[in-house]
Amino acid sequence: MSDYKDYLAKDFLTSPELRPTRDGFGTGLVKLGHMDENVVVICADLTDSTRSAAFAKEFPERFIEVGVAEQNMMGIAAGMALSGKVPFISSYAVFNPGRNWDQLRVSVAYSKANVKIAGAHAGISVGPDGATHQALEDMAIVRVLPNMTVIAPCDWVECEKATIAVGKMYGPAYVRFGRENVATVTTDRTPFEIGKAEVYREGKDVTVIACGIMVFEALKAAEEISKDGIELEVINCHTIKPLDVKTIVESAKKTGKVVTAEEHQINGALGSAVAEALSENCPVPMARVGVLDTFGESGKPDELMDAYLLRSKDIIRKVKSLIK
Amino acid sequence: MTVQELELTANTVRQDIIKMLVEAGSGHSAGPLGSADIFTTLYFAEMDVDPKDPRKEDRDRFVLSCGHYCPVWYATMASRGFFPREELMTLRKFGTRLQGHPHNMALPGVENSSGPLGQGLSQAIGMAMTARMDKKKWRTYCMISDGEHDEGQIWEAIMFAGKERLDNLVSIIDRNNIQIDGDTEDVMPLEPLGDKYKAFGWHVIDINGNDIGALMEAYKEADSVRQMPSVIIAHTTPGMGVEFMEDDFKWHGMPPNKEQAKEALHELRTLRGRIRAEHE
Repeated sequence: MSDYKDYLAKDFLTSPELRPTRDGFGTGLVKLGHMDENVVVICADLTDSTRSAAFAKEFPERFIEVGVAEQNMMGIAAGMALSGKVPFISSYAVFNPGRNWDQLRVSVAYSKANVKIAGAHAGISVGPDGATHQALEDMAIVRVLPNMTVIAPCDWVECEKATIAVGKMYGPAYVRFGRENVATVTTDRTPFEIGKAEVYREGKDVTVIACGIMVFEALKAAEEISKDGIELEVINCHTIKPLDVKTIVESAKKTGKVVTAEEHQINGALGSAVAEALSENCPVPMARVGVLDTFGESGKPDELMDAYLLRSKDIIRKVKSLIK
Repeated sequence: MTVQELELTANTVRQDIIKMLVEAGSGHSAGPLGSADIFTTLYFAEMDVDPKDPRKEDRDRFVLSCGHYCPVWYATMASRGFFPREELMTLRKFGTRLQGHPHNMALPGVENSSGPLGQGLSQAIGMAMTARMDKKKWRTYCMISDGEHDEGQIWEAIMFAGKERLDNLVSIIDRNNIQIDGDTEDVMPLEPLGDKYKAFGWHVIDINGNDIGALMEAYKEADSVRQMPSVIIAHTTPGMGVEFMEDDFKWHGMPPNKEQAKEALHELRTLRGRIRAEHE
């Protein structure tokens, strides 16, 4: 473990703290609520599972329940933002921003309304609910909108930081996070800044750029493949937009090969953003890990992560394809 | 302003709409002409707004949900002094602050962006929620078209405002019975519209929306309602003031050509032949 930055969690590969990323949204909201009295939270009938419940309990006068009406939720948030509030709206990512994308586009992004969109239960790891509830397109559809910031935190600690950070910035932002228990990689000491990718492990052979829970898989891949004498540089690119082109290009120049990894469709999000940045600034051989342009299905999160090739071994396979 | 002064102002607004549309070469005629009395009464008599300080903190808010009505919004704001009237001729042109559908970032006094129908009422509700949360006295007014009620989001919003008993919110429906494909009752029947609102917990005021006096009374009634949002169903004549446009859905999304504009302006300036004087 000596090659990892020492600000990461102790023994996160061997005995990690397991906790859902969404927990950080809940704890972050409460902290933010104490810092800024203009923060309000709006939820569409999923208060517990999005972890908005803690805020609702602490600040009932600043919590709004809209029922199962995500389009109205986005519009109300826009109106509140345009009159000085800092609204966070939460639902599952398939509905928010899936169901209410037009409202996001016009009422929020075009209007530069200071709305924070929280997409819960993102990714295939939501499991048994099946394809309808597995948000694998959310980052792509938000990334293309002007004025948007898009963040996929890697664990609950980073999700808390991201929640607080988007609350403090001015402008519309999207944060996506998952339902299941996952390894906690970061700590209070780990740096987090919107738009700044962090190199968690330095290496000379291949760069792996990951976001969300794939950061853990990438770090695991680095550990495993180092036994073969291959040293991966692992970057947590939690902010998909604005992309930290500088850090990515610097690393690509150093290693000359880049693999991306995300729990999302392989098209349109992190892998695409990195490919766009590198093709214009530093073209190098690249490979992408993600869901292969297909819908998911029911299953246990672990089964699905295996079946849809979202594991450290899948990252290693792509790394080796570049080295050959 | 007296009722007569408001009528004359609405007439000026209508003339400006015709001039803007013919200059722009595209845009919507019927709704803006039909709702000129609503906009004039709101901006010259009912709402607390300051054209010299359009972002005044405690101003009343106006949200346009049916963004394609913006010619009447712009013309009214120009008459009220928010920006020079000459600028009206830049409507829809490159570099203009008067975008083809309204944009809050483009023009001070425009509170929201709209165009895709059905979004404005939710935005207005958000503003009304802010005012209530902050215990502010300012009120929120929202203009919705009737055809816009085909959108599901409008009903989500109506349900929510009823639940929240938002008595600082007034919604005004331009009930002109037309939409692009024809009569609203043929395209997608809305009636009994007032009863639907009542069932959702709203206070319903049904009036002739081209009657300045009736509009003023309706605002007063809405202001006095407690524990319920109010909706003013304003029955208007689409294309009001220009005979060949009135009640004809073909004018929904069409501007007049130069000849038609001349005829329309003549009709408006002479108040349909009631007065003789006509000048540019």
